Amino acid sequence: MSSNTTPEVAVVKMYAAREEIYAREVQGRYASLRWVCVWLTQILFYGLPWINWNGRQAVLFDLLARKFYIFGTVLWPQDFIYLAALLIISAYLLFLATAIAGRVWCGFACPQTVYTEIFMWIERKIEGSRSARMRLDRQPASLGKFARKFGKHAAWGAVALWTGFTFVGYFTPIHTLAREVATLGLGPWEWFWVLFYSFATYGNAGWMREQVCKYMCPYARFQSSMFDKDTLIITYDEKRGEPRGARAKSARADATQKQKQGDCIDCSMCVQVCPTGIDIRRGLQYECIGCAACVDACNGVMDKVGLPRGLIRYSTDHAMKQGLSSADIRRRALRPRVLIYLAILLAIVTAFGMSLAMRTPLKMDVLRDRGAMGREIEDGMIENVYRLQIMNTSESAHRYRIVVDGLPSLRLAGADEVTLNGTETRSVPVRLRIDGGQAARGSNKIHIGLQALDDSGLKVREEAVFYVPR
Amino acid sequence: MSDFTSGFWNIYIVVLTLIGILGCGLLLWSQSQHKITLPPGAKAQTQTTGHVWDEDLTELNTPMPRWWMWLFYITIVFSLAYLVLYPGLGEYAGKLGWKSAGAYQQELKQAEAEYGPLFAKYQQQDLKAVAADPQARAIGERLFLTYCAQCHGSDARGSKGFPNLADNDWLHGGEPDVIKTTIMNGRNGMMPPMAAAVGSEKDVENVAHYVLSLSGSTSDPIKSVLGKPKFSAACAACHGADGHGNQMLGAPNLSDKTWLYGGSLETIMETIRKGRTNTMPAFKDFLGEAKVHVLAAYVWGLSNVKGAAPQ
Repeated sequence: MSSNTTPEVAVVKMYAAREEIYAREVQGRYASLRWVCVWLTQILFYGLPWINWNGRQAVLFDLLARKFYIFGTVLWPQDFIYLAALLIISAYLLFLATAIAGRVWCGFACPQTVYTEIFMWIERKIEGSRSARMRLDRQPASLGKFARKFGKHAAWGAVALWTGFTFVGYFTPIHTLAREVATLGLGPWEWFWVLFYSFATYGNAGWMREQVCKYMCPYARFQSSMFDKDTLIITYDEKRGEPRGARAKSARADATQKQKQGDCIDCSMCVQVCPTGIDIRRGLQYECIGCAACVDACNGVMDKVGLPRGLIRYSTDHAMKQGLSSADIRRRALRPRVLIYLAILLAIVTAFGMSLAMRTPLKMDVLRDRGAMGREIEDGMIENVYRLQIMNTSESAHRYRIVVDGLPSLRLAGADEVTLNGTETRSVPVRLRIDGGQAARGSNKIHIGLQALDDSGLKVREEAVFYVPR
Repeated sequence: MSDFTSGFWNIYIVVLTLIGILGCGLLLWSQSQHKITLPPGAKAQTQTTGHVWDEDLTELNTPMPRWWMWLFYITIVFSLAYLVLYPGLGEYAGKLGWKSAGAYQQELKQAEAEYGPLFAKYQQQDLKAVAADPQARAIGERLFLTYCAQCHGSDARGSKGFPNLADNDWLHGGEPDVIKTTIMNGRNGMMPPMAAAVGSEKDVENVAHYVLSLSGSTSDPIKSVLGKPKFSAACAACHGADGHGNQMLGAPNLSDKTWLYGGSLETIMETIRKGRTNTMPAFKDFLGEAKVHVLAAYVWGLSNVKGAAPQ
């Protein structure tokens, strides 16, 4: 502001220090809903590894043995398609939810939000309310301040360590892991992942918070492509709220005053409770995670000043501009975008469910011997050798009969039955024979199958080639 | 050892790598802040980057958090530290001396430490005792399927030119120790071309008929009788007067119905005419004696332990 005639030089910084956000505690319908989500997801996450099933951990991803136990089901690396399907289903659920109601996942169920909620609760219990926290941070260093800060970080650390421990408990049997932790006898990778996951929890929920959503999360960025003007978003009703401003209590009933002033009393509660530090009254912003904390806060204020709720509410862009009723909003939820997401989702879920239900816990790969293609043995018989890689992916032992078809006189030389223990993989060499002159020289298509003796539904059939030397 | 014919490329890579890394650092430093000149009196209320397009379109400055910038600097420090410790900068081998071959040797050493004692235990035992041990046979089978099945077949029954190992008929002897020697040192099977020694094509045919008659196979009695003297003169030295073969020489027994290359008249004539050459490679250095010991026991067991051979 030196002069009006000389050019001014300004330094533009592309990086800036983060400004601490002190989110005020909020109570209300949506805050309660979020706590319900916190409890549900965390009971599931912390509790699941402790459940046993058939004498083993119910949910265990055994990376070393490459077997993935989920209650009664054992998935093998060959079943990875199910993981892909699960991720696709999750993605479409996310698309669908976002198209209908914006970033509800972000605001209520995302681990970043859930752990931030837990960590902020701890922070409030130890450092006090928003204003107390701001005061504490402004204070010079003191023993009391140190004690509070230390207490907070210790409590955060404890939750984080328990989270890391639980996470590793999905990959190493958690009872064993608990014993190892008790004796500090963890393996190097267990140490690494417990501490790494703990550190990530502590760092993300304690320190990074909204920065994860603003600068790191890809979903936060591409969600806008699922938004349209009929998507439910957190909106400030500008027509009703403006012009904003504080007012005397007596002025509230005054008709002339009411005409001049909108319902927003500019108390800034909506800004104080926002976990990403934005002012929702400026409209939809990319930082908004749709947590509805400002809705709860504003409703509380409206109740106090005796004005109707809903100055800030879930609504749509179209509803705001065209004054649609909530029935209209609901009707517009069933628009093509939503229906297409829904149809794709239903198709994938159906295919996924059916495929999982019809999955045969038995797999076989047929490997022809390559060195010797086919050999002539006594009496002009032709013999081919195969290696059957048999995988019993169920948890119980089975006895299987090897059955072959596809050529006249095709038969097995030697025993045609094989027993495999639960979750066993074995390579079984077999010899197939045909009588001379029963097949054309060269490659002939045949089938090799396995049939469980104790379960008629348990069978596989693989294509193979029988080679007659030229 | 250099991968290039000229030392130039080493320097070329070093220079390019370093320029790339330092250039990134420089770019980061130069772009993290810059000075702009604002028109008089236009000190902006909201900060802009100073970029203006289409006369009045200005870019709002929304700064990234500073830790983000430090992450970039850390990657530069990391890459420089990496290049000091590990190979990556041209031919420089790195302070830690890490090599992919070394990593392989390390893994081999670990496997040796884990499985070595098991093989060492079997190596102390007699081959026949090892063959009687189901666990050793299971190990032997896996070794066989990995190293031997390419030629001898997954069922060990061989094919043309590759001996059947499950029939208790041996070219070089079927005693456990002999089998072990065969695997350790390999074998060279060599039958010289005998066309000149036997005589005319007619003589070759006669000898072939005689050979067929030794195993009681269908043959022409007259030709066979005519071939006998030729056999005694040219073949008996190795195969024996009665055709029983000689395992010391690796000369096959001709009086049984096991044929390495086929037992038809035409094939036998071909063998007499042109001879046969065959090689079993030595596995002593590749597998080591301990594994060969288990393998030999498995192979011996194929025809000597009931139920050991793949069905």
